[in-house]
Amino acid sequence: MGKWEFGLTIAVVGMGGTMLALYFLSIVISVLKKLFPHKKESQS
Amino acid sequence: MYEALQGFIGYMLSGFSALTIQQAFMICLGGGLIYLGIAKGYEPLLLLPIGFGAILTNLPLTGLMEPGGLLRFFYDYGVKTGIFPALIFIGIGAMTDFGPLLENPKILLLGAAGQFGIFLTLGLALALGFSKLDAVAVGIIGACDGPTAIYVTSKYAPHLLGAVSVAAYSYMSLVPLIQPPIMKYLTTEKEKNIIMKAPKSPASKRVRIIFPIAVTIIACLVAPKGAPLMGMIMLGNLLRESGVVGRLVGAAENEITNVVTLFLGICIGATMQAEQFLKLKTLMVLCLGFIAICLGTATGLMFGKLMSKLSRGKINPLIGAAGISAYPMAARVVQIEGFKYNKRSYLLMHAMGANTGGQIGSVMAAGIMLSVLEALKIV
Repeated sequence: MGKWEFGLTIAVVGMGGTMLALYFLSIVISVLKKLFPHKKESQS
Repeated sequence: MYEALQGFIGYMLSGFSALTIQQAFMICLGGGLIYLGIAKGYEPLLLLPIGFGAILTNLPLTGLMEPGGLLRFFYDYGVKTGIFPALIFIGIGAMTDFGPLLENPKILLLGAAGQFGIFLTLGLALALGFSKLDAVAVGIIGACDGPTAIYVTSKYAPHLLGAVSVAAYSYMSLVPLIQPPIMKYLTTEKEKNIIMKAPKSPASKRVRIIFPIAVTIIACLVAPKGAPLMGMIMLGNLLRESGVVGRLVGAAENEITNVVTLFLGICIGATMQAEQFLKLKTLMVLCLGFIAICLGTATGLMFGKLMSKLSRGKINPLIGAAGISAYPMAARVVQIEGFKYNKRSYLLMHAMGANTGGQIGSVMAAGIMLSVLEALKIV
């Protein structure tokens, strides 16, 4: 594989992969927050 | 008697006669790093042992970095194996509060955009004639994440470890000087003045506990080669959030991190041998490292601008600058700069969210890069 082909591949997969993975993670966090919502502590 | 005395004096002076100008220069450079650490307060925890390691390794006839030498032993077992960066990550995980990120998960995307500098710099390094693996090591400086840079470089371009590590840690400490001009020129006055509302949906304890486990599973499935880094940072965070292993959290934050930082610093310094360090390539690595951090900041800001537009002005794009992984320095810079433009603007918590997102992003980017290298059969 040539240098430029390598550079382009790693840039596209790297940037795209990082963005997609973190986007997926942000969705997972949102789902988790819906499943386990924060409850305010009852005030005595 | 005279001959014995002459032989003894000759032996005593052999170190001086063996000292080359290049080694003397490197000893001065080591002294300079120690000076920056002590007098200027630039990352003293690392620059001090790095500087001392550089002095030690450039003293002739000591054999410290030769097979069987003391520093070589530390290097082979701690750095080459990836154990030191991984142990440091346990400490970082134990020290990091992902709360601001969990309150506003969308900000995680800024942590991804902040890593684009890695890949753009990698392309630049290739254009300048670096080999594929050297370019990967140079690009990773853009993660602005010391342990990740050390892990990747020690595995694939160990001859660049000294230059990459010094660049990564030096520029991390210079983030307050590097970022503000880029923030100033890439955002409009209107954007700088946006006041962000305080997040109102804190994460429950269950979410905080499940989060590190979920991140580990997802990250390791997406990029298995990043598992040593992501696994350790999330282990440290799980210890913290569990609330039941205070002693382990204390050990991870203090004893483990301190001891490993000391040895890691000495090892990095030990790689700064004159014959390997004093090359044009080192200068190029330092320049490209600087460009990488500037590009990471710029891409984070540009993505911040995009998010600002999409949210109809609810997001201040300045927080995009915290998408790089210099935690918590980059977040503090965002707060200071935002406050400078609008005295009612408090961006710290939002920037902390982007900054912790940058930590996850940098490890994820490194993991993906390593996995791609393996998939392409380059390593």
